[in-house]
Amino acid sequence: MTSAPPVAPEAPAAPAARAAAGLRATARIAAAADGRGGTALPLLAGEGPLALRRTRGEGAEAGVMLVGAMSAPLGGDHLSVEADAGPGARLGLRSAAATLALPGRDGAPARYDVRLTLAEEAAVRWLPEPLVSVQGSDLRVRTRVELAPTARLLLREEQVLGRTGESPGLLRSRLTVLRGGRPLLDQELACGPGAPGGWDGPAGLAGHRALGQLLVVDPQFAEAPPEPAVLGEFAAVTPLAGPAVLVTALAPDALRLRELLDAACSTYGW
Amino acid sequence: MSLAALLVLADGRFPAGGHAHSGGAEAACKAGRIHDAATLAEFCRGRLHTSGLVAAGLAAAAAHGLDPAELDTAADARTPPPALRLAARRLGRQLLRAARATWPAAELDALAAAFPRGAHQPVVLGVTARAAGLGPLDAAHVAAYESVSGPATATVRLLGLDPFEASAVLAGLAPELDAVSGRAASAALLARHEGLEALPASSSPLLDIAAQAHAEWPVRLFAS
Repeated sequence: MTSAPPVAPEAPAAPAARAAAGLRATARIAAAADGRGGTALPLLAGEGPLALRRTRGEGAEAGVMLVGAMSAPLGGDHLSVEADAGPGARLGLRSAAATLALPGRDGAPARYDVRLTLAEEAAVRWLPEPLVSVQGSDLRVRTRVELAPTARLLLREEQVLGRTGESPGLLRSRLTVLRGGRPLLDQELACGPGAPGGWDGPAGLAGHRALGQLLVVDPQFAEAPPEPAVLGEFAAVTPLAGPAVLVTALAPDALRLRELLDAACSTYGW
Repeated sequence: MSLAALLVLADGRFPAGGHAHSGGAEAACKAGRIHDAATLAEFCRGRLHTSGLVAAGLAAAAAHGLDPAELDTAADARTPPPALRLAARRLGRQLLRAARATWPAAELDALAAAFPRGAHQPVVLGVTARAAGLGPLDAAHVAAYESVSGPATATVRLLGLDPFEASAVLAGLAPELDAVSGRAASAALLARHEGLEALPASSSPLLDIAAQAHAEWPVRLFAS
């Protein structure tokens, strides 16, 4: 087996030299309702390649843009984004450009962790640009969201396998969403050379080079859940076993993928 | 463990209703993604390493005696399409009926009482393995094998594929079946101490999309 077990919460015991070669950076964001119908950002701390800019939000929402200040993640790097939305806070998080997973010098995998925490009545939109898995790269993405039962979440993930005309690297991405402490969604995708067998076959990506998901968690769905639906041959709307809907799409390229997810976002998101 | 009990549980003739499900093969055959033994093998390989691994992990964890209700929630979280959750619960209910008659046990009765509409099939499979005196690795093997034997058998019916070729596909996957089962059993052991997030969550977007589309077909040979 070439595949790894589920990503452990602790960093693997890497040789010191390798750890020193890799970059470790964490961006931290805290959003809090300001008591006047808006949202304040008491903590906005970028680090290394993860620079943060406050942007104009929409309505009560505070906007934050993740700006790539240098090329990362390279193999061996460990980047983290941690966002905490307090009670009633509304936060919109975007990235300025696509994230490129690049090979490192010694073949060590890179790690990218995203951790979102939503308190009661909080609403977070996490809408980054695509992640591009560049040939020769090895990236493990871990996205973990913890929501209070009354919180709302809009989350988009897009993965592009290789730059134009290029073979992809190895990409492993796990998305875990807990609502009120209970698992609502837990999925891991592995693709690229070195992924478990069949990843690009008839039960895998079947030649598609862009894939994405849009997840909407909204307590209102408890009373009026969205209907399951099929959007063309390679996208589906699947209501989860909770007040949430997941739109999963495969596409030949990033542009077509975004069209599908934008349409889904205007239907189910906000 | 009893090797004979394992054979009874894994036997395709064990009356658990699996023959009505193609494991996504019907949709893949219709779309032309499975059209011969080679494409069947690739389909089975992809399914084994995604939903097969997940099912094997859940079954092994249930065979360890982990809480079936929590495992059922973990299974829900790993199964986004409502069509697949429904199929898994139907299969679970059918397996539970057969299991209670075959290996009567209080744990199986309790599972039936807690899930009148059926628990996810791999969870039932793991509890059944316990009742049959089998271990977590055995349960993982059965789940992993079912993840590929279903599509292989269905493809014989759907495409008129030579049954000898279909059996050769399954035999060719044996080393990977063993590896996946072993990995699932290790993860289940880890889950006893670290919680159910240690269980595999591998997914195939295409299997999920095609399963939901298949459920909307007006006429189909298989339930899933």
